Amino acid sequence: MKKSQPQFFNEMQLDLAASSPEGVREIYKAYHQWLKNVPHHQLNSKRMEAELLFRRVGITFNVYGENDGAERLIPFDVLPRILSAAEWRHLSAGSIQRVKALNMFLHDIYHDQDIIKAGIMPATILANSQYRPEMFGVDVPNQIYAHIAGVDLVRTSESQFYVLEDNLRTPSGVSYMLEDRKMMMRLFPELFRQYPIAPVEHYPQVLLNNLRAVAQTNVQEPTVVVLSPGAYNSAYFEHAFLAQQMGIELVEGQDLFVRNNAVYMRTTEGPQRVDVIYRRIDDDYIDPLVFNANSMLGVPGLLSVYRNGGVTLANAVGTGVADDKATYIHVPAMIRFYLGEEPLLENVPTYELSKEDDLAYTLAHLHELVVKEVQGSGGYGMLVGPAASKQELEEFRLRIISSPASYIAQPTLALSTCPTLVAEGIAPRHVDLRPFVLSGKTCTLVPGALCRVAMKEGSLVVNSSQGGGTKDTWVLEEDVAMPSKANVNQAEEMLC
Amino acid sequence: MLSRTADHLYWMARYIERAENMARVLDVTYNMSLVPNAAESEAALWLPALEISGNVEAYERDYFNETQQEYTAADVIHYLAMDMNNPSSIYSSLRSARENARAVRVAMTSETWENINSLWLEFGQFFGQDLSQSGLSEFCDWVKARSHLFRGVCFGTMLRDDAFSFVRLGTFIERADNTARLLDVKYHLLLPEQEEVGGAVDYYEWSAVLRSVSAFQAYQKIFSDTIEPWRVAELLVLRRDMPRSLHACFDEITSILEQLSSSRAGECKRMAGELHSKLRFGKMRDIFQRGLHEFLSDFISANNKLGVEVHKTFLSIS
Repeated sequence: MKKSQPQFFNEMQLDLAASSPEGVREIYKAYHQWLKNVPHHQLNSKRMEAELLFRRVGITFNVYGENDGAERLIPFDVLPRILSAAEWRHLSAGSIQRVKALNMFLHDIYHDQDIIKAGIMPATILANSQYRPEMFGVDVPNQIYAHIAGVDLVRTSESQFYVLEDNLRTPSGVSYMLEDRKMMMRLFPELFRQYPIAPVEHYPQVLLNNLRAVAQTNVQEPTVVVLSPGAYNSAYFEHAFLAQQMGIELVEGQDLFVRNNAVYMRTTEGPQRVDVIYRRIDDDYIDPLVFNANSMLGVPGLLSVYRNGGVTLANAVGTGVADDKATYIHVPAMIRFYLGEEPLLENVPTYELSKEDDLAYTLAHLHELVVKEVQGSGGYGMLVGPAASKQELEEFRLRIISSPASYIAQPTLALSTCPTLVAEGIAPRHVDLRPFVLSGKTCTLVPGALCRVAMKEGSLVVNSSQGGGTKDTWVLEEDVAMPSKANVNQAEEMLC
Repeated sequence: MLSRTADHLYWMARYIERAENMARVLDVTYNMSLVPNAAESEAALWLPALEISGNVEAYERDYFNETQQEYTAADVIHYLAMDMNNPSSIYSSLRSARENARAVRVAMTSETWENINSLWLEFGQFFGQDLSQSGLSEFCDWVKARSHLFRGVCFGTMLRDDAFSFVRLGTFIERADNTARLLDVKYHLLLPEQEEVGGAVDYYEWSAVLRSVSAFQAYQKIFSDTIEPWRVAELLVLRRDMPRSLHACFDEITSILEQLSSSRAGECKRMAGELHSKLRFGKMRDIFQRGLHEFLSDFISANNKLGVEVHKTFLSIS
């Protein structure tokens, strides 16, 4: 058999000739061994079992623009992605560093704006549509704006990770991190006995503690709620899931009202004061008196109470200015400016199309670049040069020329791949990683992440709205030696 | 708890109960149709099923045309079981139950939610089946079993808080309504001219009524005698140990209202207490003297008013 050197970094094995155990990365060795002995049909029946269970639990999402209203499952892959303790240390330190700097930036940009005065950030950022003048001069508890942040990471080689983007508004996906884990433990308990996998189940508790810590009303037991747009929102399952796991109310805009500089919810026992709102509604819809007047989802008067300190919103209003793609470019400089540290995680090299040179380069190399709308999200309004047809390239070229400042361009990254169960068997598919950084009392993350996988061969787009799936992410515990087969057998004997 | 949450829980339970009762009516009617000469015509057999659910006019509007003006088994079964346009068909009830559950899945245990969600997923297996040809009994059994399972999972897993109380309240207000309607229609139809009863057909009819509320064996056990209409009525109205009787429903309703932690339950308790005392201290002879039909109509209306009051006090968002 010819040895095939993969074009992309493969998370499991550096050498794709599957029969040879050399070339399998150390942390995957035991798994690789196990996988070799599991027949394909058995994996398939596990996959089907998972699908059935997910349907029963109702872990479904709605797709915008599809009229049949059918609830769809996000494809779940039964093969995990594994990260070593050292890799995780690096990624988590880097993510925390980044989120700390971003929170400091948000405080700064809504107060003294030192970063602009220092000439590190252009003043044009204040004209960004995600900058909320309503927040200027407003003090938020502990100066935390992004209580929940999702940092999208990709990998291109053994040692090279990049931050693709920061999600600081209402990042979603953490329920998949938790549900995928639960599913894997159910499907493959034997692997969990064999692998020292760090647990993630305490995420809701950590989240709740952080949310309680940012209450600014002087109460002993702050009332925290999750505010959802409702059952027809694509992420409704997650809203419900988190509320349930934290043991708090899941409310909709219509359940809340404002009176005497306080927010109340309507209950069967009359109005009850709310201290902290974990809101999963965008800024634009949160208060029809201030933002989108047609919003039926929000709470009239909420922002005024918020500005006066009568309630805490998590995340804060106006965080969008910090995860905008125009701001992204400046995050490494931000880290140096606010923390006096060197960034631990690198940005993807980015061309700003508002600059003439960058624009010229981009237009000349469109077929090899990824072009993104500055304010787009979720994989909508994006061009993947190498995968685009001639016609698509031309169309995008015109769009860029008509409004260069609305776009940025990045080299097409050779995203790492991870073995994934597909119709033809096990094949490499591109993956990314979104750990969730929680801030409030402390700045932490649980050792796990949402791993998204592009199920289509060769595709680099992992978004669920574009047919992406998810995988469980195993972070291996610190300093635990990988058990050999013999040790496992011994352990089993001892259990008996 | 949130008013909206209470509202969804209450209606979720009502819709499940409604589906179960509809299945009971369908099942006994179908079984009656297998008894030779049980009724003079197909229509005489199936019309009451429509009357119990108060659906005759809507049915005639949707199913009658110039050439077809009969109440056929196939049509009535489809209308009551599967018709998406009939808001009280089993299909619609189960769908509404599941939609209400989905909106407040947080407020119930995951077992409860998964139970309702899988109920809805399983329901898909009956789509496209012509139930009037075969499989109706299995279908009705399935609906009943799922309803039992629903109550069981609520009872076995939910915290005894207001959420649980609103689920139970919905169940029993709906059940009281359904039992009263069933009895009213059947009694009305079976005694057209105040005639003495006791014929063979009556036996089948009344045993069908009993079976539809799972009371046939109870009747035999309590009375061990021929089936007499007034005894059936007594069993379904005044016997508190019959779990689908009006009295049993109001035992539950009054005790649930007492358990609610809200201080706002005053008027609901008064209304429920008034109805409860009629069932508790009423005598069958007096009820018959005034007329069972009048008694049941009054009951249905008072039970409805209680439902409206529950809504006003706890559930509506104003």
